[in-house]
Amino acid sequence: MNSATRIEQPESAAAAPDLTLDVERIRNDFPILKQTVHGKPLAYLDNAASAQKPQAVIDAISEAASTCYANIHRGVHRLSELSTSAHEAAREKARAFLNAASAKEIVFVRNATEGINLVASSFGGHVLHKDDEILITHMEHHSNIVPWQLLCEKTGARLVVAPVTDEGELDMLAFGDRITSRTRMIAVNHVSNALGTINPVKRIIGLAHAQAIPVLLDGAQAAPHMAIDVQDLDCDFYVFSGHKVFGPCVGVLYGKKDHLEAMPPYMGGGDMILSVSFEKTLFNDIPYKFEAGTPDILGAIGLGAALDYVQSIGLDRIAAREQDLLRYATETLSAIPGLKIVGTAAEKAAVVSFVIDGIHPHDIGTILDREGVAVRTGHHCTQPLMDRFNVPATARASMAFYNTHDEIGRLASAIQKTIRMFA
Amino acid sequence: MNELSELYQEVILDHTRAPRNFFEMGDATGSAAGHNPLCGDRVTVYLHLENGRVKNVSFQGSGCAISTASASLMTEAVKGKTLDEANRLFNAFHDMVTGQADPLLESGEPEFEKLAALAGVREFPMRVKCATLAWHTLKAALEDKSEPVSTE
Ligand SMILES: Cc1ncc(COP(=O)(O)O)c(C=O)c1O
Repeated sequence: MNSATRIEQPESAAAAPDLTLDVERIRNDFPILKQTVHGKPLAYLDNAASAQKPQAVIDAISEAASTCYANIHRGVHRLSELSTSAHEAAREKARAFLNAASAKEIVFVRNATEGINLVASSFGGHVLHKDDEILITHMEHHSNIVPWQLLCEKTGARLVVAPVTDEGELDMLAFGDRITSRTRMIAVNHVSNALGTINPVKRIIGLAHAQAIPVLLDGAQAAPHMAIDVQDLDCDFYVFSGHKVFGPCVGVLYGKKDHLEAMPPYMGGGDMILSVSFEKTLFNDIPYKFEAGTPDILGAIGLGAALDYVQSIGLDRIAAREQDLLRYATETLSAIPGLKIVGTAAEKAAVVSFVIDGIHPHDIGTILDREGVAVRTGHHCTQPLMDRFNVPATARASMAFYNTHDEIGRLASAIQKTIRMFA
Repeated sequence: MNELSELYQEVILDHTRAPRNFFEMGDATGSAAGHNPLCGDRVTVYLHLENGRVKNVSFQGSGCAISTASASLMTEAVKGKTLDEANRLFNAFHDMVTGQADPLLESGEPEFEKLAALAGVREFPMRVKCATLAWHTLKAALEDKSEPVSTE
């Protein structure tokens, strides 16, 4: 079995783009991967929960803190100027990462969750009325369910849920049926965190826009794995979390300029205003209108470095590498008797959720941990989806480009050991 | 590996495979539901109290090996006990799995010895809640709380 080196050796020397990736060199960029856990080398397979940070990100934060840190937009002094321009440079990097038309369409938030809440509260609160409908799917993360439920409670709108097939794909016929004359908003994950399913978001946006319905894409699990072009997608809103893209915990909300301009502020405070008097307050322009208070300045700078890092490897190369890891993990794990993979969509990101007959995922997680293998076990903040598949929880291995076939092999051996213990 | 085999020792695996007192009690005088949101464990504890004693106790639910075995062992330990004794067991068990004290190991009483099979949990801080879920639920049932118990 020489598949471990498959990715390093392209099969033909034809004109196909070179998608090889020097894994050894890349692993060296991530100090934490050199750790041992319980005396075993760390195999970090919990990237969907949060991804590790390359030295470039660690350095960028420490460099900024050591040389140019001050509050932004608030001082005429040198450090404030430097800090402001580093912060705005990060915004430009996020714009380029999503290929947004303008950096004004990029709002820094805390995480994907805050981005969705901002849209639900500000945009949703603005356009939704009693008996209107919000369409989501059965495979959403809680953070793309609960903000809409809160909005429904406030406005009297209704939450409509599109079903998921046994393979873990969206049932697109049923999805189409659930778009009605009352649908005012569609919110869908680009990639499912629990199943790995890559959703046909362009088709969804096409269906939605045919009825002039705006679409929010939850890109928390897509941004680390594939090139994203919000103009090509034509989505109305896109959110992702920096911490899953190898950066710090800063989130990005993209919104089309027209929407952002029409939306009321989400929070009030400093920075989001032009002028304040007790009679009348004028709000700042976008994106600042949505950035009340001092933001995570160092976090944004670190995120800029993370996006640079990811771009320097190339998202096409990352996607190719991860598809190879996904193939290998799927093959290896499905060969284990008694193990069932939950989520077998044709289009998947490098996520393998699984259950084992008679062994609770929590016990699997504990035993794997003692082998140095870090996976997530639980409901993955997708309880409705777990109910749909009739499982209380799953164990989930989620890969990043720095993972190796060897680590997946160790995952498989640790699973075998778990099965032996419980036999 | 030692810690692992201490955690998943034969008594635990046995109670997981074949939990004792695992049924819904028709003539329960009290019951309570518990939930561990972290891993999705759910347990309902049923009690039949008579003259200040736990005449019968059972449980139902689904969970990991640790929470199932803990619930099963608990029902065996508290059956026939007075409310005071049951509360004492609760405290002793709690102290044992959180690593605060070892009254169970030291006491030498037979039902304590069985519960001590769960002492290994203290080496696994993320799993302590699995072991205590049934006990917190028992306490709620004893106090007749109608609010579901959550470990979070
Ligand atoms: C699909 C999806 N959406 C939203 C989120 C929420 O991300 P965060 O916790 O960073 O806000 C996650 C994180 O797990 C996710 O996987």
